[in-house]
Parts: sequence; structure tokens; C-alpha cells
Amino acid sequence: MSVKTDARGKVYPPVEYEVGKEKIAEYARAVGEDNPVYFDREQARAAGFRDIPAPPMFAVVYAMGSVGPGLFDPDVGIDFAMMVHGGQEFAWGEPVCSGDTISTATTVKDIFEKDGKGFYVFESVSTNQLGQEVVRGTWTNIVRGV
Amino acid sequence: MDIELSVTPDKYLPHRYAGASGDFNPIHIDPQFAQEVGLPSNILHGLYSMAQVARACTTAAGGDPRSLRRLSVQFRGMGFPEHEMTVTGSKRESRNGHTLVDVVAEQGGKQIIRNAEAELDLRGLA
Repeated sequence: MSVKTDARGKVYPPVEYEVGKEKIAEYARAVGEDNPVYFDREQARAAGFRDIPAPPMFAVVYAMGSVGPGLFDPDVGIDFAMMVHGGQEFAWGEPVCSGDTISTATTVKDIFEKDGKGFYVFESVSTNQLGQEVVRGTWTNIVRGV
Repeated sequence: MDIELSVTPDKYLPHRYAGASGDFNPIHIDPQFAQEVGLPSNILHGLYSMAQVARACTTAAGGDPRSLRRLSVQFRGMGFPEHEMTVTGSKRESRNGHTLVDVVAEQGGKQIIRNAEAELDLRGLA
């Protein structure tokens, strides 16, 4: 059996996410971030942010809505029972702050087979309402027994 | 620069992270379901563990989230709640004004994140 690679290069429509102060606080608490810039607008502004910034890994919150449809796309054909999240990369640009609207577009960057495993690599590019890139994510999912 | 962080996620941490992140996969929050699919127990979200690596890096850089420019990780093994996780790392080299660090996350001597590479910008930070 071999990996179906037709979906390589497939592009999904952008998904928008509006960033809110309380969601940032909820995420920051869950991951143990206690820097006051994540909770206090005055401290955030004093540190040079437009508003309360999101921790870098908050990228998963606003980008997931765009990456999800690719993971579940029958054209991609991931066998979920056999899938593990193998690797992840984020490269950050402009900080994301409360009040921003982030638009994320995902593409199927690559699908290939190696050592009997299928590798499904997605790339997400997130931009803010000013058109500035805020993060570029590379999501690698590995499926055993393809 | 040295990177060092220890955290013991409590029993209900995966539930809080599920709510915060939107990832409610039952292998993370339902011990019985996890066992039915062959896992020892419910497991930590990999992206939660990656967030600990990110936090360890920004903390070592002085706390400013803007210091973390890039982070790449490989997920290996499984992380569990109620077990201490340690994140350790050290500088590999400086390149174009950025500092590259190698980082791993472990639980009980087993790596759950390996080959993590972070690129930090330490310029202009106190």
C-alpha cells in the first residue's frame, strides 16, 4: 500500500479569528504563563505592546480552525487511528494582541512516505488585520502502517 | 545561556488545556477511553508540552514573548499528568544576531520532546 499524494499543494480558504483579552488569559493560565503583560493592559502597553499580547504558542488557538479542515479532508485521507503529531514548527513575526483579527490560510505542503509511514505536512500562514504576518506554522503528522 | 524549567501538570491540567486550546481529543481527558485504545492513561497534549518549551525559552530570555522568533520540535513518547516535566537546553551558536538553543523536555528520564531548536532574539531586551 502506498500513500495517496494527490492533495499536495491543496489550499484551504482563510479562516478568521478575533483575539480577546479573556481568551489570552485563559490560555496563559493553562500553560503556566504568569508574566503580567498577558493579564494587565497597562503593563502590556508599558512594555510596548499595542494591547495585551498573546503568548507565542497561542498560535495554536487562532490557527487550528484553519489547519483542522485539512486534517479531516478526505482528499488528504489521514487515518486518524494511526496518526501521531510528529513535529511542529512556528516562526513568529509581529506580536498578536487582544483586539486583533487573525486570518490563517493553510496549504498541504507535502505528503510523502518514508520507512512505511506516511508524512502529512501542512503549512499555515497567519496575518493580522494590517496584513502583517504573525506566524508561519509547519504541522507534521505521521501515520503508521500506510 | 541555560534553559531550565520544571513543571508538574496536575490531574485536571489536560482538561483546562483542552478548554483553552479547543482540543478535546478524549485521549487527553478521559483515562478510561485512553486505556481502551491501548494507552497507559490519558496523555498530555503535545502542544501543551511544546508550550512549556516555549515558556522555558522566553523565561531564560528575560520574559519577553517577542524574544522567541522560531521554535521547532519533534514529539516523541507520551507525557502524563501528575508527573514532573523538566525542560533543559543550552546555547548552540549565535547567528545573525539571533541565539540558537537546543532544548529537550523529559518526564522520568524519557524524552517527550526531542531535537527542539529555538531561535531567540536577545537584542534590545533588558
